[in-house]
Amino acid sequence: MSFKVVVDYDLCESNAICMQIAPDVFEVRDDDFLYLLTEAPDEDQRVKVQESVQRCPKQAIAIVDTED
Amino acid sequence: MKSIAVVGASLAGLRAVETLRSEGFDGDLHLVGDEVHRPYDRPPLSKQILSGDWDVERIWLTAEEKFDELDLKTNLGDAAVSFDAATLAVTLASGLVLDVDGVVIATGARTRTIGEPLGGVYTLRTLDDAQAIRAAFQAGPSRVVVIGAGFIGAEVAASARGLGLDVTMIEMAESPFERSLGAEMGAVLAEVHRDHGVDLRLGVGCAAIVGEEHVESIRLTDGSMIETDLVIVGIGVIPNVEWLEGSGLNIENGVVCDATSLAAPGVVAAGDVAEWPNGHFGETMRVEHWDNAITQAVHAAKRLLHGESVGPYEPVPWFWSDQYDRKIQLAGRTTGFDSFEIVNGDIESRKFAAIYGRNGTIVAVLGFNRPRHVMRYRQLIDAKTSWADALAAEF
Ligand SMILES: Cc1cc2nc3c(=O)[nH]c(=O)nc-3n(C[C@H](O)[C@H](O)[C@H](O)COP(=O)(O)OP(=O)(O)OC[C@H]3O[C@@H](n4cnc5c(N)ncnc54)[C@H](O)[C@@H]3O)c2cc1C
Ligand code: SF4
Repeated sequence: MSFKVVVDYDLCESNAICMQIAPDVFEVRDDDFLYLLTEAPDEDQRVKVQESVQRCPKQAIAIVDTED
Repeated sequence: MKSIAVVGASLAGLRAVETLRSEGFDGDLHLVGDEVHRPYDRPPLSKQILSGDWDVERIWLTAEEKFDELDLKTNLGDAAVSFDAATLAVTLASGLVLDVDGVVIATGARTRTIGEPLGGVYTLRTLDDAQAIRAAFQAGPSRVVVIGAGFIGAEVAASARGLGLDVTMIEMAESPFERSLGAEMGAVLAEVHRDHGVDLRLGVGCAAIVGEEHVESIRLTDGSMIETDLVIVGIGVIPNVEWLEGSGLNIENGVVCDATSLAAPGVVAAGDVAEWPNGHFGETMRVEHWDNAITQAVHAAKRLLHGESVGPYEPVPWFWSDQYDRKIQLAGRTTGFDSFEIVNGDIESRKFAAIYGRNGTIVAVLGFNRPRHVMRYRQLIDAKTSWADALAAEF
């Protein structure tokens, strides 16, 4: 099973906590917006993304499991 | 370990039960909380709930189904009233005694108050507090007086101004936010409030809150009076440790833990209630920040299950505060800083990042709308980077 990362940009306040935990997936750039470096990260990123979900103060990140 | 009680059903308590389960604990797991609500998030209380931007449904920390999946024995609305660290027995107000082999203390803190309860005078810590203040805002108060320019008071002031209410904020210190940001940066934040129309009075305290059944005015320490029908007291919090009296645990400015979060054999503590020596800063601290409640709860839960091998808890504390359209973030400790430099942006635009150093090492970073820089410099603080290298870094 693989997974997708979904960010609710209306909730995100760009505080970059997720970037600190999973810098290969999340990046807050100079325009102060959050960018996803990949929407479907490798399986080895799952633990880090899960930690980001848990620690995002705005509860703006979700993991969606995909079939393939 | 067959059974564990987590006492305090808020941020730290919830993250502790989640971690215990995800680390494989499948025994009896009790979650005890004196509030009747299932765990909710406090930061929005002074921001989106007061401003009316969010309705209450958005503040739960976990969806009901996910909460149920944790398979907890919940005792909500039933406070722990005593504890015996030798037997690990937790006694609840209802008379129930939980007989367990492990305990996580996560009872947090409550607000300090002034004088006897009086109509129109509030503090802000709980959902019920926030809803009461929101209703008072909507009732159209003549003036909102905020006593204490700490972060919560400042957020209340900002939310009230956002609704067009007249706000007076009084602060005993000459220099607000000095303890956390230093005098110079504290003054920058104070100016932000003045620019948004807050009548900020520094160097004066509240001598008395005057009124029979409802507040009518407050008298300041310089003798002057302010007429008002709504007062929010924001003068800090006290850790909830009274139920631990006579427990055998060491209580000072909170529950005293060792470097690994252990308070006694089989007992750990986390969040606003816990005091521990943070080896990174060589300082004993009790941290009242959201992020710490999570990371310390995770650490404490693992410590309880896996023992000493989990190691010391040595985080770089971090918090944010939203005031008007500014996102203020501070990572690290400014205590006793001897160097300071603006490393990005400028103070005039109030968009900047600044770093603080002590004894040749970077110890803190402050950002006004600079989240990326705060996180980058936070990593340098974590790595105990020298002041010279931190100054040379480019992000
Ligand atoms: C209005 C507000 C805004 C905030 N904004 C920010 C912010 O922007 N950024 C930031 O970093 N931090 C912020 N914080 C701080 C953050 O919310 C706290 O650090 C965090 O809630 C601490 O979590 P905790 O679980 O340790 O303690 P608490 O949240 O205090 O929870 C402790 C729980 O234990 C319960 N309890 C107490 N005694 C007993 C007992 N004897 N038996 C059973 N239960 C008991 C309490 O009722 C409570 O539910 C804010 C706090 C408030 C109040
Ligand atoms: S942690 Fe959450 S709020 Fe912060 S940048 Fe990431 S998604 Fe946005």
